[in-house]
Amino acid sequence: MDDALVRAGRALRLALLIALAALFLIPFYLLVRNGLASEAEITAPDWTLFPRDPHWSNVRELFADPDVPMAHALLNSSLIAVATTAGTLLLASLAGYGLARIPYRHANAVFYAIVGTLMVPAAVTFVPSFVLVSSLGWVSSLRGLIVPTLFSAFACFVFRQYFLGFPRELEDAAQVDGLGYWRTFWRVVVPNSRPVFAAVGTIVFIGAWNAFLWPLVIGQGRDSWTVQVALSTFTTAQTVNLHELFLAAAVSILPLLVVFLFLQRYIVAGVERSGIDD
Amino acid sequence: MSAPGGERRRQRNRTFWFWTFVGPFVAGLALFTYVPLAWSVYLSFFDAHNTVSPTDFVGFGNYTAMLGDPAFRSSLLTFTVFTAFIVPATYALSLGLALAVNRLRFAQAFFRSVFFLPAACSYVVAAMVWKMSVFNGVRFGLANTVLGWFGAEPVAWLAATDPPWYWLVIITVRLWLQAGFYMLLFLAGLQRIPVRLYEAAALDGARPGWQTFRHITFPALRTTSVAVVLLLVVGAFQAFDEFYNLLSGARGYPPYARPPLVHLYYTALGQGQDLGLGSAGAVILALIILVVTVVQARWSGLGRREEY
Repeated sequence: MDDALVRAGRALRLALLIALAALFLIPFYLLVRNGLASEAEITAPDWTLFPRDPHWSNVRELFADPDVPMAHALLNSSLIAVATTAGTLLLASLAGYGLARIPYRHANAVFYAIVGTLMVPAAVTFVPSFVLVSSLGWVSSLRGLIVPTLFSAFACFVFRQYFLGFPRELEDAAQVDGLGYWRTFWRVVVPNSRPVFAAVGTIVFIGAWNAFLWPLVIGQGRDSWTVQVALSTFTTAQTVNLHELFLAAAVSILPLLVVFLFLQRYIVAGVERSGIDD
Repeated sequence: MSAPGGERRRQRNRTFWFWTFVGPFVAGLALFTYVPLAWSVYLSFFDAHNTVSPTDFVGFGNYTAMLGDPAFRSSLLTFTVFTAFIVPATYALSLGLALAVNRLRFAQAFFRSVFFLPAACSYVVAAMVWKMSVFNGVRFGLANTVLGWFGAEPVAWLAATDPPWYWLVIITVRLWLQAGFYMLLFLAGLQRIPVRLYEAAALDGARPGWQTFRHITFPALRTTSVAVVLLLVVGAFQAFDEFYNLLSGARGYPPYARPPLVHLYYTALGQGQDLGLGSAGAVILALIILVVTVVQARWSGLGRREEY
C-alpha cells in the first residue's frame, strides 16, 4: 500500500517534469515551424502542427533578401566571437598565471583591483565606454566591437583559481630543465590545462555571440551589424516578413546549439569552476 | 657581497615577468573599465550635451535633475518591484528543477540538457519568439490560439496595459532564459553535499522529502543560494535586451515598463545626447545596485562557509 503510494508519487513527479520539459522546448519548435512555413501558414487562424511541405526555399529567400544583410551579419558575429574568445583566453590566462605563480610584492593589490571591477555594473560604464570608443574612431568597426570586450575580469579570476591548484611538480621539473616562466607556461602549463581553456572559451564564445547592448551601441552602420542587432532591427520594425524572421533566428542559434551539444560538459565544468559559490 | 645582489637581480627578474604576464591585461582593463568609470563620474558633474570635454560645471545639478525626473523615478520604482518578483520566482523555479533532476535515476543528462538549452538562446531571439509567436496579440499567436480553443477572446498581450498583461510576457521570457543556468549552479551545489549527512539524518528519523530538504539540503546550499540571488538581483536591475526587443517599436519605447538602462540609453545616446545627465543616472543606478547587494550579502552572511 505504502509502496504503491510512493510509486504513484514518483510517476506524478516524472509526468510533471516531462510536461515542463515539453514547455521549455516549445520556443525551439516555433522557430523551426515558423521558419519553414509560408507566410499564409503562419497567419492562418487554425494552428498547423508543422508545415505540410517544409518551405526550404525560405533559406534561399532569406539570404537573397537585400533588406536583410543576414550573411554579412553572420560573418561579423563569427569574426567577433572567435576573436573575442581567442583574445580573452590569451590575455586572461597569462594574467591568471602571473597572479597565481610569479611572486611579486604588489600581486595582491593587483588582484583586488581586477576582481573589484566585477562589482561594477556594465550599466555605469557603457555610456563613457561608448564615448571613449567613439573618440578612438572605432564606432561601426569590428575593432570597436572586439577590443573593449577582451579584458574579462571573470575569465582572469577563473584562470587564477585554476592555476593556484595546478600541480607544482610539473612546473618544478620544467624549471630544473632551465625553462623560465614564459616557456614553462607555454610548454608545460597550457598543454596540461585544456579543460579550463575549453570551459572559459565556451562561456566567452556564447556571451560574445549573444551580446546585444554593446553591439547595438557600437555597430551603428549596417556593415557592422551582428546577428543579434540585425534580428532586433527586424523585430522592432514596422512591417516584418514572419517566416524570414523566424528562419533568421533559427539560423542564428544553430552555431550555439552545435557548441552546446559538443561542449556541454565543459560549460558545466566552467559554471561549477567559476568559483562564485566557493 | 654577491648573494644580496643575486637576490635583488632575481627579484627584478620576477617583477619583469610578472608584468609581462599581467601587464597587457591590466592595461586593457584600466583603459576600458577604470577610465570610463572615472570619466562617467566626472561627466555627471558637468553640463555635457553632445560633448565629452565639458567646461560647464553644474555640481549635483544632473543628479537632482535625474532624481526629479518622474520618468526615471518611476523606472527605478518599477524595477525594484520587478526585482522583488523575478528574483524569488527564478530562484524557486531553478532550485525546483535542480532538485527534480538530481533525483532522477535515468535520463538525467537529457532533462538537464533540455532545461539548460535556453541558455544558448540570446535575449534577442527569445524576445522575438515571445513577441511574434507565443504572445502575438493577433489571433494566430500561440497563447491566443490556445485561448481560442476554450472560446476566449484574443488578448493584445504586449499592448494591453489594463490589466498589464505585458508583465506576463516579460516574466516568462526571463524565467525561460535563466532558469536552466541557475539550475546548473544548484545541481553543482547539490552534488557537493556529503551523502553521510543524509545517512545521519535518516538515522535520526528524519523523513525524506520536506524534512530532509528543510534541515539538510537547504542549509547546505546556502553559499550557492547567496551567489544565485546576488547574480539575479544585479541582472534584474540591468535588464535591457528583452525589454528593448519586446516593447520598443517604430515609434520608440512605450512609457511603461521602462528599465533604467533603456531610460539611460535614450537619455545619453538618443536625440538629446545628454552625456552628463546619462552619467548621473548611471552612477545613481550603480549606487542602488551596490547598496542592494551589500545589504543582501550582509543579511545572508556571505563569506561564511557552508555548515556541515
